[in-house]
Amino acid sequence: MIQHIIKRLLLLPVLLFIFSVFAFVIIQAPPGDFVTSYIAELASSGSSMDQVQIDALREQYGLDQPIYAQYGKWMGRILRGDLGVSLDWQKPIGELIGERLVLTLIIGLMTFFLSWMLAVPIGVISAVKKYSALDYGLTVFNYIGVATPSFLVALIAMWLAFSWFGVSVTGLFSPEFIDAPWSMARVGDLLKHLWLPVLILTLSGTARLARIMRANLLDELNKPYVEMARAKGMSEWKLIIKYPVRVAINPLVSTIGWFLPLIFSGSLVVATVLSLPTIGPMFLRSLTNQDMFLAGAIVLIYCLLAIIGTLISDILLAWLDPRIRMES
Amino acid sequence: MAEPQDPQPSFGQRLLDNMQTASGVSYQPMVRVDEETAALAPVGGTQDAEAFYVAPNWKLVWWRFKKHRLAMISGVVMIFMVIIALVPDFFATQNPHTTDALESFIPVQRIHFFDERRLSPFVYGAVGQRNPKSLRVEWVIDESVKIPVRFLAPGYPYKLLGVIPTNIHLVGVAPTDEQTAAKQAAGSSTAAGPQRISQGLHLLGTDRLGRDQWSRLMFGTRVSLSIGLVAVAVSTILGIFLGGISGYFGGAIDMIVQRTIEILQSLPAIPIWLALSAALPRTWSVEQTYFAITIILALLAWTTLAREIRGRFLTLRDEDFIIAAKLSGCSQPRVIFRHMAPTMSSHIIAAVTLAIPVMIINETFLSFLGLGLRPPAISWGVLLQEAQNLQSIALAPWLLLPGLLVIITVLALNILGDGLRDAADPYTS
Repeated sequence: MIQHIIKRLLLLPVLLFIFSVFAFVIIQAPPGDFVTSYIAELASSGSSMDQVQIDALREQYGLDQPIYAQYGKWMGRILRGDLGVSLDWQKPIGELIGERLVLTLIIGLMTFFLSWMLAVPIGVISAVKKYSALDYGLTVFNYIGVATPSFLVALIAMWLAFSWFGVSVTGLFSPEFIDAPWSMARVGDLLKHLWLPVLILTLSGTARLARIMRANLLDELNKPYVEMARAKGMSEWKLIIKYPVRVAINPLVSTIGWFLPLIFSGSLVVATVLSLPTIGPMFLRSLTNQDMFLAGAIVLIYCLLAIIGTLISDILLAWLDPRIRMES
Repeated sequence: MAEPQDPQPSFGQRLLDNMQTASGVSYQPMVRVDEETAALAPVGGTQDAEAFYVAPNWKLVWWRFKKHRLAMISGVVMIFMVIIALVPDFFATQNPHTTDALESFIPVQRIHFFDERRLSPFVYGAVGQRNPKSLRVEWVIDESVKIPVRFLAPGYPYKLLGVIPTNIHLVGVAPTDEQTAAKQAAGSSTAAGPQRISQGLHLLGTDRLGRDQWSRLMFGTRVSLSIGLVAVAVSTILGIFLGGISGYFGGAIDMIVQRTIEILQSLPAIPIWLALSAALPRTWSVEQTYFAITIILALLAWTTLAREIRGRFLTLRDEDFIIAAKLSGCSQPRVIFRHMAPTMSSHIIAAVTLAIPVMIINETFLSFLGLGLRPPAISWGVLLQEAQNLQSIALAPWLLLPGLLVIITVLALNILGDGLRDAADPYTS
């Protein structure tokens, strides 16, 4: 068990290195750099810079150096815990994304737990009561959930809330709390706004998880050990929860690896529609403005979240399933 | 003895007996096949049963597929969508790029087929009036104005399939005599101020720039469907090639391909797609962006297909009939293309069908965020971009309608793919 975890942990820096190179290449890919787009912006507002100023700006951000040197500098600073300065916002990146990252994680984790709390019972019931109304309902709901892009759900929710209740459901805080320091009142205000994005993000994932749970449980329900327990007179629900559900939940645990990162990066689109103060909309803005250090930092954070998701599901799986433990 | 019976059981009989005693499980091929015949072959009868025994694999798949009614309906829906994608001009009522600032935000005009119990399709006209406060022309459907509609009516000229010049469209405003046209164009002046009557036919209303949404939707169908198809085609080629060599040869090649797939799969796809699309130069033409987006989408998507194909290869490699083919001295290409590929093709088709809707959704959200296709290109995502904020949705809810088409298409493709997958699997009941 511990060996298995250590092996996975040793892989972590390797993966992180590969991902950081990937992130760096991506943010370097656009033609031109931040200074080019900065000059274009200045030109559109009527002012201009002379060549000396431009060169000084390039030197200041290290944009005149070869690409591997730029990567080395960037990585070196990140390893020291300094994410750099956003060229667009003129603020340290750590300061910029701190609160947004926390909100992203809160939304992601709440979505995750809500999905699981709904999906596992629904999956179990629809497997045990196969071909019941609930089972068919789940199938229909799953098809529609998969077919509807999350941003469309967000748009429709926004429209319904507006046309029925006349309220605008965008943002995570009421206007008076946006820049306020953290307090109980602000947390309360946050909770009042949080349910809608969480609900929207839960919709599509839940049905899919429930389908996986249902399929796994159906495979287990016909196994001899279930028959055995039933023959011995165990009550039906106690039996199902005690044996086949525990076996059937294993493959579901292995989905955490892709499900968790999917929630974090998937919330990006919904967050943009609902203009939530999470890292998603900021990432989009940094991409369009070629604010490459900010974009790079956020890509790296997304990669890190993805790796952590995989790690959690690996460890959980090894803990739950002795067959995987024994392998290593 | 009237009829001499063969004292010796046939070779096959003996083999079966041996198998039964050896495995302890009774082997009943005839019963199984009979059950299948009853379930699959058209209607009883020896001739049909015989057809079942000699039917090639694709025919068996087709028979199983036909039983899945929802999948059949989805197939018809998709055929219809493909026709729209092929000849969007025919279905459009207006040039999708034509703007008319005075005709912005006209609501949906539904076609009514019966006018006073007589079959005479028409739409109610849209009447616009300038709002004295916002100074915007606001349109309402006025039930006193009827605009007759004809099917296969002449409209703007175009080339069918890019070759045949014509001006016939599926629906269009019926040609009216000049007098009434002039009367309508002049509009009427009421106490509330001058009115304007729209002469156009806007089945799904118009957008911010007065472009006809129905026509734009038809053209968006072409782009969005084809981008899904092309991106899946690219990733299928990559997937078959890499998954195939990985599964067939194994060893070091398999290791490298598998590690690459694992790394690519643990990358967070959405941020990577966004970053890559943002890197595309803004100066690129519509065609260049189109191909770049398909490549970007395919870049991360081939891994799922490659895995599936590799898995298939691995299980097939040890199947009896493949070993038999190898032992009979078939060359490697013959084993792969004559024996393995046909058995896999239905699975690949099913996997590909299920991959297309994912691609369509991905293109839609990339374009929706303004990082995929950009105007003047028209795709479902570009159309939905018009509905990006609350103000436009509150003002013109019909701008959300392209989303309905996205849902229908993705739904149909998913059900179709599931149906194909079930039909391709000989072990489903």
